[in-house]
Amino acid sequence: MFKRLAETGAAVAITVDGRQIAARAGDTVAAALIAAGIDHCRTTPVSGAPRAPYCLMGVCFECLVTVDGVGSRQGCLVPVRDGMAVETQTGKREAGR
Amino acid sequence: MTKASDLAPSYDLVVIGGGPAGLAAAALAARAGLTTVLFDENPGVGGQIYRAITFSPVKDRAVLGEDYWAGAELAAEAKASGALIVTGATVWSLDPTRLVGVSIAGQARLIEAKRVIIATGSLERPFPVPGWTLPGVMSAGGAQTVLKAQGLVPNGKTVLAGGGPLMWLLAAQILRAGGKIDAVLDTTPRKNWLRALAHLPDFVLSPYFAKGLKLLREVRAKVRVIRVDRLEAVGDDKLREVVFGKGDNERRMPADLLLLHQGVVPNVNLALAAGVAHAWNERQLCFEPVLDEDFNSSVPGISVAGDGAGIAGGTAAAERGRIAAIAAVRALKPEASVPDLQIVRQKLQREAMGRAFLDWLNRPADSFRQPEGDTIVCRCEEVTARQVRDTADLGCEGPNQMKAFLRCGMGPCQGRLRGLTVTELIAAQRGTTPAEVGYYRLRPPVKPITLSELASLPIAEAERKAVER
Amino acid sequence: MAASDFDVAVVGGGLVGVATAWGLAREGCRVVVLDEGDRAVRASRGNFALVWVQSKGLGLPEYAGWTIRSSNAWGGFAQTLKEETGLDVAFQRPGGFHLALSGKELEARANILKRLHNQPGIVDYKTEIMDRSQVAKMLPDIGPEVVGGSFCPLDGHVNSLRLFRTLHTAIKARGVTYLPSHRVETITKEGGEFRLATAQGEIRAGKVALAAGNANMRLAPMVGLEAPMKPERGQIVVTERLRPFLNHPVVTLRQTDEGTVMIGDSKEESIDPAGLTLGVSATEAERAVRLFPLLANVNVVRTWSAIRVMTQDGFPIYDESETHPGAFTICCHSGVTLAANHALTVAPMIARGALDTSLVAPFSARRFHVQATG
Repeated sequence: MFKRLAETGAAVAITVDGRQIAARAGDTVAAALIAAGIDHCRTTPVSGAPRAPYCLMGVCFECLVTVDGVGSRQGCLVPVRDGMAVETQTGKREAGR
Repeated sequence: MTKASDLAPSYDLVVIGGGPAGLAAAALAARAGLTTVLFDENPGVGGQIYRAITFSPVKDRAVLGEDYWAGAELAAEAKASGALIVTGATVWSLDPTRLVGVSIAGQARLIEAKRVIIATGSLERPFPVPGWTLPGVMSAGGAQTVLKAQGLVPNGKTVLAGGGPLMWLLAAQILRAGGKIDAVLDTTPRKNWLRALAHLPDFVLSPYFAKGLKLLREVRAKVRVIRVDRLEAVGDDKLREVVFGKGDNERRMPADLLLLHQGVVPNVNLALAAGVAHAWNERQLCFEPVLDEDFNSSVPGISVAGDGAGIAGGTAAAERGRIAAIAAVRALKPEASVPDLQIVRQKLQREAMGRAFLDWLNRPADSFRQPEGDTIVCRCEEVTARQVRDTADLGCEGPNQMKAFLRCGMGPCQGRLRGLTVTELIAAQRGTTPAEVGYYRLRPPVKPITLSELASLPIAEAERKAVER
Repeated sequence: MAASDFDVAVVGGGLVGVATAWGLAREGCRVVVLDEGDRAVRASRGNFALVWVQSKGLGLPEYAGWTIRSSNAWGGFAQTLKEETGLDVAFQRPGGFHLALSGKELEARANILKRLHNQPGIVDYKTEIMDRSQVAKMLPDIGPEVVGGSFCPLDGHVNSLRLFRTLHTAIKARGVTYLPSHRVETITKEGGEFRLATAQGEIRAGKVALAAGNANMRLAPMVGLEAPMKPERGQIVVTERLRPFLNHPVVTLRQTDEGTVMIGDSKEESIDPAGLTLGVSATEAERAVRLFPLLANVNVVRTWSAIRVMTQDGFPIYDESETHPGAFTICCHSGVTLAANHALTVAPMIARGALDTSLVAPFSARRFHVQATG
């Protein structure tokens, strides 16, 4: 869906559901998912429908993901960091993570 | 990186939001000697209009345009002013005593402020069409954000739909960046011209006229523009095609990405939670705070500047921020020297030229604001238009009772993305006005914080006793 | 009488009012519900949704029996509502806990239960004190500070907001007239009928049932009744939706059928419905994390404060007027727990025109005078 205009910025290695993703310094988690062509980042806790980042400005809460073991983080507000482990969320969050 | 524990217990001025209004306000106030802190929840300052202004990877200045790069000066001024600028800081509470609840990296603090300037800007008006929750459907503002901040450009089968200046600007920016757009679906009703026409002379004299025409020409030269009065995103697990039409004519177009936009509205959540009085703006079809000429709200010491005070654009936002900051300086440090208020007011007045025309011309159609049937209204709780309409028929007169009945507005976004739709739907169904119906009553946290963050806040003995009995 | 627009006017469109209205409609009455608007101070939007038995009745043992009657009727009530509306209010009665975070708290709890059970005439509702290991068998996620608690198998909970919507749906289906933004200003009785004045005009009805929560205090004297109230504010913290982890409601913390966790319960004298005391929310959050440490990182998505409907002694008031026959009060704190009673027991009494003293005599407001003089 999207391509990078220029491969600027230092490479940052993150994993998404265990898979290596080439992110760039300056990416948010949500932007990195979009750049990597990942379709959806979660399924809803209500109907289980797939959702993807929508507003990218902290308003819609569609880009909720688990970051380094902590669930329901707003992916569009969290900058990527080397070694970060991102997991897509399925339905309701599990208490305790 | 500023940590929550680094913050002082109190500041003269807390500015919430680092867009043009917040940056200009913080710079002016700090330079006049107020202890000033600016909080922004994003990784960098600039707000949406100047998103990533300090680190954008888009180096070709022509792509985003000179209006974007004008933000660099604001950011530099704020940085040099001595104001403490904290990014990654989410303000989740503001009360009428100006106690500010803020979280930074998972740590919550309560900060006292003598004055508060809310500069939380605008957000895109909800665009509830069938299928708008599918992956592959994104807000135009979202696409613009990843263009500015990460240099991401659409390169698949891309459709833009909606109307308003920002949609056309984004189309031009995508094209300049070498991105691809298969079609622009213009949803603005042609009859809008009737209301807009009276304001045409004013518009022609404004800078928007020349800029707007140039932008439209630039986009139309490269992309098909189709006027539509129906729009639907279709797909199973993600967007496959866009269905649209006008009158009896229906067309389908395969698409990977549908970008939606029908204008912006003030982001009112924090001001509402603080108890600021709001009123319905019929021209702009949104709620906005009730403010005096210095942008003071109904709550003493709290002002609202920028597009959060009513949509007026980025340049006006900075001037509004300055006016609010001058008021704060005069209240707290009358001896300090500040810019000439009259000059700032004149600049602001000039910015208002042409806005009425744009507002009336780009007014979104009723059908795109008041959906029917199974179209989802509340994305978090997956409440449909039919449910809202049926519940209004039960005698449900307003959004608060509606929220209790259907949970719409109870999800994590707290109604930001459907509040207006719910209010307008109730008004339509009950034959009344949005002003009559009103808006959600909001309480902290206006953005989610963790239970342990909440638990870490100071607790007075009486407060503990209110629970442990 | 025949000229009246309605057989009964129910004043108040909260849970107590609509449960009563539904019961009246089932008895064949023509019913109107007069309610305030969207921003009304409304306990029905702010309750904790327990159908709760343990600890009820200290000071008035008949209240325990009345509560158990409703708890026992709740299953059938929920089923009937589901048949009529298709909506499931998610009533469950798995038994509920009161948890203690210190030996002192557990001791205080045991004391209350002992005093409660030592009252003459009290029904036995089998509440037992459990130690930590017993509790842990049923609530495996309790934190290390939990020393024990009390458990009552009759305790349960419901989705109270869905109950609210369901009752509104059900009364509409049964032809009840619901009039929002009809705050009742005055009530008079003329020519054998009640006249209720609102800003939107006058409503006439043969009988009137006052179910207006704390506002009964203002309305009851207009028809020769009294409702001494003592409103107080409570705050609740709500989390995002979580996978099920809690099989039993705790009196201050429960997981809804939708997955959210509701955390209560505070008591403040303030009756400003718009206000919220952050330190109170913080205390609730802190205790919640101590009770269930796995909640520490969970997101709070909402808090709310609401004004409790509370009579001066905490027990319900059901009365009929001697000076204005046909006028009734229905006043109570536990509008969820007692909803089944209001719908299935009290409403038929009002439809017949006389309260059944064998059931509700102990709840007359006359008790306040006995206490005052005795």
